[in-house]
Amino acid sequence: MTLTHEAPATTAATVESLTLAGAVNHALADALAADPSVVVFGEDVGVLGGVFRVTDGLAARFGEARVFDTPLAESGIVGAAVGMAMNGMRPVVELQFDAFAYPAFEQVVSHVAKMGNRTRGALRMSMVIRIPYGGGIGGVEHHCDSSEAYYAHTPGLTVIAPSTPQDAYSMLRAAIESPDPVVFLEHKKLYWAKGPVDSVRRVGLGRAVVAREGTDATLVAYGASVLTALEAAEVAAAEGRSLQVVDIRSLAPLDDATIEAAVRSTGRAVVIAEAPGSVSVAAELAARIGERCFEYLEAPVRRVTGFDVPFAPPKLERYYLPDVDRILDAVDSLNWDDR
Amino acid sequence: MAHEDSELLPGETPVRFLDQDGRALDETRYPMPPLSELQAAYRALVVARRINEQCSALVRQGRLAVYPSSHGQEACEVAAALPLAERDWLFPTYRDAVAVIGRGVPPAEAMVLLQGDWHSGYDPREHGVAPQATPLATQLLHAAGFAHAAKLRGEDTVVVAMCGDGATSEGDFHEALNLAAVFGLAVVFLVQNNGFAISVPLSRQTAAASLAHKAIGYGMPGVRVDGNDAAALLAVMHAAVDRARAGGGPTLVEAHTYRIQAHTNADDDTRYRDRAEVQEWVARDPLIRLRSYLRVCDALSAAAEDEITAEAEAVAAELRDALQAEHVPDPEDLFRHVYAERTPRLEEQWAMLADELARDAESEHAESEHAEHEEAR
Ligand SMILES: Cc1ncc(C[n+]2csc(CCOP(=O)(O)OP(=O)(O)O)c2C)c(N)n1
Ligand SMILES: [Mg+2]
Repeated sequence: MTLTHEAPATTAATVESLTLAGAVNHALADALAADPSVVVFGEDVGVLGGVFRVTDGLAARFGEARVFDTPLAESGIVGAAVGMAMNGMRPVVELQFDAFAYPAFEQVVSHVAKMGNRTRGALRMSMVIRIPYGGGIGGVEHHCDSSEAYYAHTPGLTVIAPSTPQDAYSMLRAAIESPDPVVFLEHKKLYWAKGPVDSVRRVGLGRAVVAREGTDATLVAYGASVLTALEAAEVAAAEGRSLQVVDIRSLAPLDDATIEAAVRSTGRAVVIAEAPGSVSVAAELAARIGERCFEYLEAPVRRVTGFDVPFAPPKLERYYLPDVDRILDAVDSLNWDDR
Repeated sequence: MAHEDSELLPGETPVRFLDQDGRALDETRYPMPPLSELQAAYRALVVARRINEQCSALVRQGRLAVYPSSHGQEACEVAAALPLAERDWLFPTYRDAVAVIGRGVPPAEAMVLLQGDWHSGYDPREHGVAPQATPLATQLLHAAGFAHAAKLRGEDTVVVAMCGDGATSEGDFHEALNLAAVFGLAVVFLVQNNGFAISVPLSRQTAAASLAHKAIGYGMPGVRVDGNDAAALLAVMHAAVDRARAGGGPTLVEAHTYRIQAHTNADDDTRYRDRAEVQEWVARDPLIRLRSYLRVCDALSAAAEDEITAEAEAVAAELRDALQAEHVPDPEDLFRHVYAERTPRLEEQWAMLADELARDAESEHAESEHAEHEEAR
């Protein structure tokens, strides 16, 4: 599986084919090399290189002072990162799995998100919280949550969910350089997907991207759902329907301008996300599209999301996750009769 | 870092130098601080008490939304700030405005939170004081992280992190002490055990012999100290700060004290404690104790007392003046600092509010013109 939003890779020396996990690893290494105030810590990120091997080799290369394991204490990891950021460091912490980030929630919401505002910018929280998230990998309970809405709902946080190795690399570099705290969500199902990564390419935070051009309807997605949306567009194309795919990438802030332009150009929209749909990022996207594109819309905005149930056990997850058929059914329902 | 148990356990009795009449006790575990420092501490205590009284009065006048007073705990407040060097940092709670001011933050800036103008009113970097933390024990982790950063850069900064007895039950207390001990960080954890977390007594927070006993579980020394004895507190805090600065790692200090006022003005403490108990602690007032000692030592003249009283009055007046002035916070501030740069969404939302305000101003203007017109008729 090769995944990229860009034209086929050039032959430039800066381009490599990497998995998304490898791209994150490269971004961390390059950031550690570029800025002595960057430190990487979390659970098993040292010798082991992380349970997903995302930090593989970093401790050996940069030393224990800069890449280290902490006690098992998620609030401790994030709380200590707050103190470090107060004292001039740029911590990049890993919380091992989506659901195991919850003990840190108070620190994230009450301090990471608010410290810059509370102190009128005197203490900016330049830090990144990396969280492997999402399902579709046969994981058991507590290992497959899509927890993005909790963070995206919180003013002060920037929330990024890349779907390609290039975006993972470039947006993580931008996240580490950002003066604001960034929750960086890495979809576990995408960790092993390969794509070209150009290490000089910059992608700013807060920008969506059109991942596939199309004229009949717009599929709006992020994370692993971008892949599903692209597959759906492929199938639809064979059936003679041209679907555009927008990769949101930045869940907070949302790139209203790009989303608006895309949806206006087709007049129809389906939002796709695997998180439960109620009060979700998908709900926000649908609401904004409704507010901003109403007079361009030929049909109500549809959402294809996870059900409002706890994430399914491995043998049931295929029923839970949005798939190509469910997306195409939603597309079929977009008032095509009068065309 | 491995330690002998005996080094880590608190002593049988709290460290105490002075009895209630200001007589020096036979305390051999720490050296008595020099008189000059005790004089400085007394000055700070008097100012602290005056700030507490003034702020409680300002609440009654509606100038402060709320004030969690440290009345009765002033010796702890003073001993938290005094031993620190300028480059050091203090991580205070909502109850520690007096310690914040002790670090040099102007009193009016320290009151911005409680006055309701903004969430914090001082520049933390300028004074080495983190914003006062309200979510219990969370600041202890910030202190550990701050000290960790200093350690990574080879700096000898020391951090004092404050919390109450109730906060020791929070998960972040455990995570912070454990982290600080594992990484050998220069943090002094100062717990003001004032017997209550709002209405809940210490017996509902812990079954341990003392809070200081928890230290051994983390591999750091725990010290119990009389929290109404400024001399003892200073001795203990100096030792802990020196140890941290020399690379010896963290210390947990438990100060036994008492909150004389209710939790805040909004609390009714008659529902959960006896007046007799409060009176017992009023009699153990930290100011009277140190004053008696200094008088016995001939180290506090009537002239010096007058001067200290005048200084305290000046601080109180500064507070009153700052809070009597009518403050009109700028609504645009709501949008200014959420991110380093305003997002397009926040620009839109501010534009909406600005428009509402402009229309309000216009109609107010029209109304007042109309009223003037009517008057003229
Ligand atoms: C996480 C959290 N839970 C609850 C509260 C509400 N609360 C504020 S102060 C307080 C009591 C704290 O007692 P203690 O730590 O002993 O400090 P003291 O107020 O006695 O100085 C409580 C429960 C809070 N601020 N934060
Ligand atoms: Mg208490």
